[in-house]
Amino acid sequence: MAKKIFLLFVCLCLTLPAVLMAQAADPEKQYTAFDMRHNGKIYVVVSVILIIFAGLILYLVRLDRKITRLEKANS
Amino acid sequence: MHKSWWKIVCVLLLLYTIIAGLLISVPAREILHESIRNLFFHVCMWFGLMILCTTSVVYSIKYLRSQNLRDDIYAVNFAKIGILFGVLGYATGALWAKYTWTEFADSTQIFTEPKLTGAAIALLIYFAYLVLRGSLTDIDKKARISAVYNIFAFAMLFPTIWILPRLMESLHPGKGGNPALNFDDLDGRMRLVFYPAIIGWTLLGIWITSLKIRIDLIKEKSLLNG
Repeated sequence: MAKKIFLLFVCLCLTLPAVLMAQAADPEKQYTAFDMRHNGKIYVVVSVILIIFAGLILYLVRLDRKITRLEKANS
Repeated sequence: MHKSWWKIVCVLLLLYTIIAGLLISVPAREILHESIRNLFFHVCMWFGLMILCTTSVVYSIKYLRSQNLRDDIYAVNFAKIGILFGVLGYATGALWAKYTWTEFADSTQIFTEPKLTGAAIALLIYFAYLVLRGSLTDIDKKARISAVYNIFAFAMLFPTIWILPRLMESLHPGKGGNPALNFDDLDGRMRLVFYPAIIGWTLLGIWITSLKIRIDLIKEKSLLNG
């Protein structure tokens, strides 16, 4: 448990500078979601979310199969 | 896979939620703008919490009637995933509020926001449920006391997250009505995504819960046999 929390903390520390720098990068040019829709970059966001979602679902499916096997072995 | 048709429905509904939720055109609302799409994600977490916690309390009552440990395992796992949805809903709500409420409200108003306080109280009551379970070692006593506590926790859930914030001055939408059924805030296009999204996210919660229940049942069985 302590190890997991430590790993989470390390991940946070690693991502925080990136987030802060992204905000500082280009102060005068403010892109909005409308721009994203115009230049088509919203599809990049949709694809990224879909990849993450697919990964999570695959993980769940594998876990489900594993538990089914355990149930069969136990009965 | 174990009874898989509803899991496929869950994945299809969520795929539809993500793709349509980000790509359909939404009605222009002040303050919210494009962030109104969060409705398909943040609000669905709270709907998931409601459904999972209601299921949990039903199994707690069933346990008190039957004294069957199987019902206790169902109740605790539904409550756990309900809490997970609640934490996710709280975190997404905090982020959403940071980029919308700060435009027109000062920090005092945000810190004393009844919806945030109410949701925090509800979550803390449910955390106490887990602490209570963890502190009892006798299996039957743990199941019985936590089942009774779960009923009390559930009795506080709806007042703290829905009723009280709507009686007070609140920044959160939904004051003086029911936003999910109010036709001024949402339009037909959003409804077409919103209702399937609720079903999809709830089914995902039930799927994860069912996996946890099955693991616990295997554990219980090997405990009795070994």
